[in-house]
Amino acid sequence: MSVVVSAKGLTKTYGSFKAVDDVSFSLEENRIYGLLGRNGAGKTTIMHLLTAQLFPTGGELKVFGEEPYENNRVLSRLCFIKESQKYPETFRIRDVLETAGTFFPNWDREYALALSEQFRLPLKRKMKKLSRGMLSSVGIVIGLASRAPLTIFDEPYIGLDAVARSLFYDRLLEDYAEHPRTVILSSHLIDEVSGMLEHVLLIDNGRLLLDEDADALRGGAYSVAGTGARVEEFARGRRVIRRDSFGSLASATVMGTLDGEARGHADSLGLETAAVSLQQLIVHLTGGTSERKEAGGR
Amino acid sequence: MTFPMDDSRPIFMQIAERIEDDIIEGALPEESQVPSTNQFAALYRINPATAAKGVNLLVDEGILYKKRGIGMFVKTGAREELREKRKGQFYEQYVVTMVREAAKLGITAEQLIEMIRKGDKAR
Repeated sequence: MSVVVSAKGLTKTYGSFKAVDDVSFSLEENRIYGLLGRNGAGKTTIMHLLTAQLFPTGGELKVFGEEPYENNRVLSRLCFIKESQKYPETFRIRDVLETAGTFFPNWDREYALALSEQFRLPLKRKMKKLSRGMLSSVGIVIGLASRAPLTIFDEPYIGLDAVARSLFYDRLLEDYAEHPRTVILSSHLIDEVSGMLEHVLLIDNGRLLLDEDADALRGGAYSVAGTGARVEEFARGRRVIRRDSFGSLASATVMGTLDGEARGHADSLGLETAAVSLQQLIVHLTGGTSERKEAGGR
Repeated sequence: MTFPMDDSRPIFMQIAERIEDDIIEGALPEESQVPSTNQFAALYRINPATAAKGVNLLVDEGILYKKRGIGMFVKTGAREELREKRKGQFYEQYVVTMVREAAKLGITAEQLIEMIRKGDKAR
């Protein structure tokens, strides 16, 4: 499988602030990636670096094997749907779609029009008169119909209701199946999108906290609860990413699989065990607890 | 129509289990064709690669087999094989947990057996 994006020690600083701090990862062709993390974690900066809208302060970045900056061979294969895309004041939706057709070599005009109808976009309406949700829908239509080998959606659903978001997810999976390409989806709605992701990159404070197959993360952590001393005894030698206590009771979230050994150990100490969902895991990892660094030490 | 996946276990395992359930319950008869990876992906709104991993798990276990260029099919004998496998898991999954909970509540073995008899009559 060929590598579409390769970042080594990628860094972007603004004065003393490190927006992206020594991040290394690679993205393989025709996979759907989730770029997850809290607001201000550095996700958007990374996307801007990938799409050459920002120049890295340090490190090496290759997109389709080349440096993306002012490189049309790379840029013509990218489609970046930004959260707050600006359009020319006088443009109607129709004009935006026609213009998009001149940017993207794989543009499918018929598909763009069919999608517009499904998202109930009024083609003759001026962009500046659109609601927030309609603007998002225009971005989604462009992102899907561009069929760009690397398509990036940065929070593409702002203002969209649940029905329109469902439509986006279904069309994305359907079109991806027919026209495989590399997709990066940046999202806060982890529960909604997690099933569609093949791989997860979790960013926190500019650093890469997790680089893992999404399915491997499911069942990749569990929690135990019981009396404080017993929980501590269980936790010894395990990778604990979160601790909570209430009175004499405590719980710990532990990285690892709840296998026979762990279950047996918990049972022998009289502890209750529970599964941790992908969303809970990510909330715990990026929740700002003091033990976060320990968990990220990979 | 949505069939939400449990987000605390690998999805490929859940896909394999759902196919197994369909075979055991007869919804997928032996020698019938299994939906395609893309159909699973659309139905459960999951990544096609994850769906493929679930299907391939059952191919590795000899439950499904591939007809080149056509798709995946249920092997003859798969249903019986799966029932035996599930019976083996039944003790671990249900009996052990039940006995443990019963002990916690102070239910004796005799009371537990009586409850099972009652439940069996009611089914």
